[in-house]
Amino acid sequence: MAKYMIIDGKQVEFNDEKNILAVVRKMGIDLPTFCYYPELSVYGACRMCVVEDAWGGMVASCSTPPKENMEIKTNTPKLQKYRKMILELLLSSHCRECLTCEKNGNCRLQELADRFGIRQLRFPTDYSKLEKDESSKAIVRDTSKCILCGDCIRTCSEIQNVGAIDFAHRGSKMVVSTAFNKPIAETNCVNCGQCAAACPTGAITIKNDTDKVWDALYKKEKPVAVQIAPAVRVALGEEFGFAPGDNVIGKIAAALRRLGFDAVYDTSLSADLTIMEEAKELLERLSDSGAALPMFTSCCPGWIKYAEDNHPDLLDNISTCKSPMEMFGPVIKEYFKDQGKEVVSVAIMPCTAKKYEAAREEFKRNGIADVDYVLTTVELIQMIKEAGINFADLQEEEFDEPFKPYSGAGVIFGVTGGVMEAAVRKVVEDKTNKALDEIKYMGFRDLKGVKVCELPYGDRKLNIAVVNGLANAECLIQQIKSGEASFDFVEVMACPKGCIGGGGQPKGFRAKKDERAQGIDKADASMELRRSEDNPAMAQLYDGLLKGREHELLHVHYKK
Amino acid sequence: MLEQKEKEKIDHILKKYDYEKSKVISIMQEVQKEYHYLPQEILCYLAKELGISEAKIYGVATFYENFSLEKKGKYLIKVCDGTACHVRKSVPILEEFRKILNVTPEKPTTEDGMFTVETVSCFGACGLAPVCTINDEVHPAMTPEKVRTLLAELKEGIDEN
Repeated sequence: MAKYMIIDGKQVEFNDEKNILAVVRKMGIDLPTFCYYPELSVYGACRMCVVEDAWGGMVASCSTPPKENMEIKTNTPKLQKYRKMILELLLSSHCRECLTCEKNGNCRLQELADRFGIRQLRFPTDYSKLEKDESSKAIVRDTSKCILCGDCIRTCSEIQNVGAIDFAHRGSKMVVSTAFNKPIAETNCVNCGQCAAACPTGAITIKNDTDKVWDALYKKEKPVAVQIAPAVRVALGEEFGFAPGDNVIGKIAAALRRLGFDAVYDTSLSADLTIMEEAKELLERLSDSGAALPMFTSCCPGWIKYAEDNHPDLLDNISTCKSPMEMFGPVIKEYFKDQGKEVVSVAIMPCTAKKYEAAREEFKRNGIADVDYVLTTVELIQMIKEAGINFADLQEEEFDEPFKPYSGAGVIFGVTGGVMEAAVRKVVEDKTNKALDEIKYMGFRDLKGVKVCELPYGDRKLNIAVVNGLANAECLIQQIKSGEASFDFVEVMACPKGCIGGGGQPKGFRAKKDERAQGIDKADASMELRRSEDNPAMAQLYDGLLKGREHELLHVHYKK
Repeated sequence: MLEQKEKEKIDHILKKYDYEKSKVISIMQEVQKEYHYLPQEILCYLAKELGISEAKIYGVATFYENFSLEKKGKYLIKVCDGTACHVRKSVPILEEFRKILNVTPEKPTTEDGMFTVETVSCFGACGLAPVCTINDEVHPAMTPEKVRTLLAELKEGIDEN
């Protein structure tokens, strides 16, 4: 039966909302918050979401469940005074160098200070400028910009089960810190960047490498090639007036050429390559009684780091296939080398951990990285804006030969379950369109955190699991280790809902990930090529550049 | 890495508390009793064994004034600076200790690792104010004069050994 409460004199229906805040937002009032995300546990620290009850009492709406006939007000002189006071106090102890902040224009504190018209502070400013932690390849921590909302901490421990950071010290000395205040690069941080996605201010930001790429583009000493990951195409447009999920890949290709890139490729092609190798590896493992099973996917560098730190015993279970980005890296370098040229190789990724991956020793040959620079979607957006390119009006362009074709199977790598679905398309013997539909309805690409299913294969069944979020992965691993569950093939993506929700994507936690997933689905459905093996570039590569060098260029062994 | 002997000691404490995450404070107290501070390697070991993150255990260790991550001197001097002691002039006592031993609030332990000087917010022994303890032995009604004699006695003891 429907229940009702009274918000600002209006009767509002509520059902299973966990807190008043959700009911208020549902009725179209955007109560301000810093420390609340529906994905995380309730912390109730920022007090911005306070509402007034029938007796004039103040309650934090994020941590109060709605009750039948409850009466609350969301906009009163008292509430306004409180909210402004909170903002003034936060600002008084906060670094206010907004103009030179990485988060300028994209900061929740800035946004709310503007929304509440804070034009002067009654309190003296007393923030201490602390040293930034720039040790990580992926993220930068600037504690002077921290408002102690704890979003990063809860993201790191609840969604990723990593816990690289936590509150340390007490009272006015409280800070977000790594264990023993070590540089973040020396901790168990997996570089997923979800903390930066959750951070409402500039306290945790993504390492910005645009300068280095501009440098390579301006110098023109070497040609600059760029590959762009599947998930970028359905998110980048959001910053240029497109709806979340709109596939703007043609415009991105055009923009990259305008920026000065000499060769523009799609990582979906090397995702096809990954499927060719990974499917082969899976079948080999299945037929070899001594091989380690389940086989885990290896595309996600956040997951790889997590496994290295927490489950070194599982490293043999991780597919030896390099990630699509790291497969394309050597392919691009070798392709240019064959023409007698050295090339600067750039990758545009939805992911911050890819910056770490590109710098790993395993992906260097003769001391030179296969991928020189990794930029996130957000950084590419910045470059396009910097160059003044009117993105929305660009004519769509295609990718460069000979790496032009790609399949829908490559595109769906950008969303949870996509790698699995692409692999299943390759493994299943029935190659009809009906089979494609049947695979789709097995629900790999459902946006849930954990998906388990059985796939008939020959005279047996393959037990398959797909997880996103490392906390979900940990649960599954515990089930596997305890013998409670057994699988043949497991896909792990560290970020919630897969790469579309990556740490390098725009809008952070507030992004509309479901729409992006639909965008990927549409892009796949509109392709003529739906299976990796149908991609004509595969045969070309295996007969040419990769001949006899598959293992050297496409595989990697992570050491314990 | 921890040595086998130390590991056994810690395992014994952990077993006593059933490897229970929620008992982490008691476990850390026992460790501190043993070592007079919380060595980093041991905290990391505790984190692993209890299934909590190192950052979390560091958070607990830094939250409580009583936990120390720094190695303490052989003689741990705690000067009470609670209200009663404060009004009965505990500050000159504290300053006398610091002056003679040449230590500061930032660097509370002497170079030779013999003495550490700390303040305590209240011992709950206000009737004895101003009060200090040296390795848990209580010294009531302290004066700067008494500080000098106490330290002289202790140093003499050290020299004899």
